[in-house]
Amino acid sequence: MLPTADGTRHAAGMPLAEGGRSSGAPPVLETPAGLRAKDLLSIGDLSANEILLILETAEAMKEVGTRTIKKVPTLRGKTVVNLFYEPSTRTRASFEIAEKRLSADTLNLAATDSSVVKGETLADTVRNLEAMAPDIIVLRHGSAGAGHLAARLCRARIINAGDGMHEHPTQALLDALTIRQRKGRVEGLKVSIIGDLLHSRVLRSNVLLLRALGAEVCACGPATLMLPDMPRLGVRATTSIDEAVEDADVIMLLRIQLERMRGYFFPSLREYFQLFGMTVARLRRAKPDVIIMHPGPMNRGVEIASEVADGPYSVILEQVANGVAVRMAVLYLLAGARQE
Amino acid sequence: MSNSDRTMLKGGRVVDPVNGVDGSADVLIDGGRVTRVGPNLGIEPGTIVIEVPRGCVVCPGFIDMHVHLREPGHEHKETVATGVAAAVAGGFTAVACMPNTDPVNDTAGVTKLILARAAQAGLARVYPIGAVTKGQAGEQLAQIGELRAAGCVAVSDDGRPVANASLMRRALEYAAMFDMPVIDHCEDVSLAGDGVAHEGHHAAVLGLRGLPAAAEEIIVERDITLSGLTGSPVHIAHMSARGALAAVRSGKDRGIRVSCEVTPHHFTLTDERLVGYDTNYKMNPPLREAVDVEAMLDGLRDGSIDCIATDHAPHHYDEKLVEFDRAPFGIVGLETAVSICLDRLVHAGHVPLSRLVELLAVNPARVLGVPGGDLSAGAPADITVLAPELAVRVEAAAFRSLARNTPFDGWSLRGGVAATMVGGRTVYVNTAVPGATSFDQRA
Ligand SMILES: [Zn+2]
Ligand SMILES: [Zn+2]
Repeated sequence: MLPTADGTRHAAGMPLAEGGRSSGAPPVLETPAGLRAKDLLSIGDLSANEILLILETAEAMKEVGTRTIKKVPTLRGKTVVNLFYEPSTRTRASFEIAEKRLSADTLNLAATDSSVVKGETLADTVRNLEAMAPDIIVLRHGSAGAGHLAARLCRARIINAGDGMHEHPTQALLDALTIRQRKGRVEGLKVSIIGDLLHSRVLRSNVLLLRALGAEVCACGPATLMLPDMPRLGVRATTSIDEAVEDADVIMLLRIQLERMRGYFFPSLREYFQLFGMTVARLRRAKPDVIIMHPGPMNRGVEIASEVADGPYSVILEQVANGVAVRMAVLYLLAGARQE
Repeated sequence: MSNSDRTMLKGGRVVDPVNGVDGSADVLIDGGRVTRVGPNLGIEPGTIVIEVPRGCVVCPGFIDMHVHLREPGHEHKETVATGVAAAVAGGFTAVACMPNTDPVNDTAGVTKLILARAAQAGLARVYPIGAVTKGQAGEQLAQIGELRAAGCVAVSDDGRPVANASLMRRALEYAAMFDMPVIDHCEDVSLAGDGVAHEGHHAAVLGLRGLPAAAEEIIVERDITLSGLTGSPVHIAHMSARGALAAVRSGKDRGIRVSCEVTPHHFTLTDERLVGYDTNYKMNPPLREAVDVEAMLDGLRDGSIDCIATDHAPHHYDEKLVEFDRAPFGIVGLETAVSICLDRLVHAGHVPLSRLVELLAVNPARVLGVPGGDLSAGAPADITVLAPELAVRVEAAAFRSLARNTPFDGWSLRGGVAATMVGGRTVYVNTAVPGATSFDQRA
């Protein structure tokens, strides 16, 4: 149950916030409110029904953000630690707002703070935090699988807020929420993901989620930035941006991480933009109601032209707004709903 | 008991492929050496008689030609003493230890220290492997002649490859003067980059940087070509990729002096195990794909793989309890290898016991040019006694090794070690084998 100020809404099977009900097949939500897994480390931890449950719960959470007093008592008395080993303005702020709106007690620890002792291992930091009995640890870390290690060492639930090149599950969930909001469904849409596929945790989470919900996923980028064996991931891979854009319902651009490129993957940003940059001209091949997404932060003039980022198809700011609602839903379903 | 006392191993199945023996026989040991092997040998007065337990198999002592004993310099991971204790408990009568210690074994002083520690421990024989290059830095040849004189049996820069092809060529030429093989850890470092797991589907999904099989294959091809050029023997350490095996096969077909080894984990496990990011599945070369495992089994069956070696790589648990990409490579293997080989190779029907003895005893002795590998009259009485039907449950907490970093903890396996003898002296008895206490010569 999701207690709100007026006490009328709850997660599963509830009437959704305005415009939330998808026009596709109504999801069957037989799962009791809550998630099977202790932690959210990967989209692969979630069944399709659980993904839908999170999205429907997030729809309800969005309503909280429209109130004058943007706060519900759902996580009152719960402690959430935001443990960030990588700088992240957006994700960290988004989690923090979500936690505050749910009335959780929050503690922010960044690797740059003195609180994360220099040289202390992740295992020791997590075990020290565990001694303070937090309910949830939101972990952002530069190493793939850091959340798996943390989860083995503590009872607190771990939410992966990005682990190296592995995954960023709440980003994929907020992307799906945004797509559903605009398209009414995910199933059957052509979603093209363009950019640095190899190093992208956003790609990995999105592929799992979009495939679970039945989207057709096309991935496009230079051959040097592909994952091996993309078809095994259920993804059509192409190095032709025109082919990727053709009839796309959704175009998701991935950040080119300049610091990783070292001249090995493509010769110059200029050439990258010429071959793979999203421009207004290229967009003409897409569906007329195509939406443009970007997980941020953007490199304008590299993966995306400013005219596209700021243009009418862009839903980039909606993604940011939806980030708070999705994180509220995940926090609620992990900490709140499972409470006996 | 002194070594000059006569001991008779009575009534076991003896498997000694070099002498074409595979059947019921007794083994007479005198002065630490085998003196006779044959059925129903007469017992002279004063002979200690050890009744070999029913079902047990007497083999020439197993030699693990690739271990890391960590001493000097990393004694928190393993010492020579704990390493040889693990070796004999695992059925190995001898080990050859890699030089990537601190300091590196690139001088006679380090070699002698290792040998002195081994003599103090008095368990398995220890054959030090010297460095190919000074400090294993890959720039200048180490004092290979001095290392040979001090007791090294081979040279290797294991932990890393000899990256420079010109230096590798000279190393092959130079070491051959001393009848020492060069053992190479085959990895093209520029292609491997900062990879941590086999490049393929699983690493991709898990966001782990890849170590492509091609990085191994390229250097195997190069080493075989250089062995052909120089006429010197080269030994390929811990082969894992099917393309590397194909290269070895083709090299052997052309008469090139190439030999190779495979580890138990590389013919047992695949990169599917990476799910969960357990750092006990992190080793270099990495666990590869099912087709590679199949290829390794093929090579073990058809003889193109010469040896099984563990690449026993102990690490302290703190060092492994970190993020996957920060963990050191390597797992321990001495105390699990024989059970895995019996279960996964012999009982699974891939190789007969006599072939396993070739892989674990005969061929390692030949490649290293050390005594052992057979039970001929006059050979050292280094003996591994197997209990092929023993039900074994791997329990890392009970290892003699200081380290616990094994992916096989909790595995149930069929087959184990009953006893280990070095120079005619029992150095290990497995009390879980009924009747094995008869090996205790103090009785
Ligand atoms: Zn190696
Ligand atoms: Zn090694």
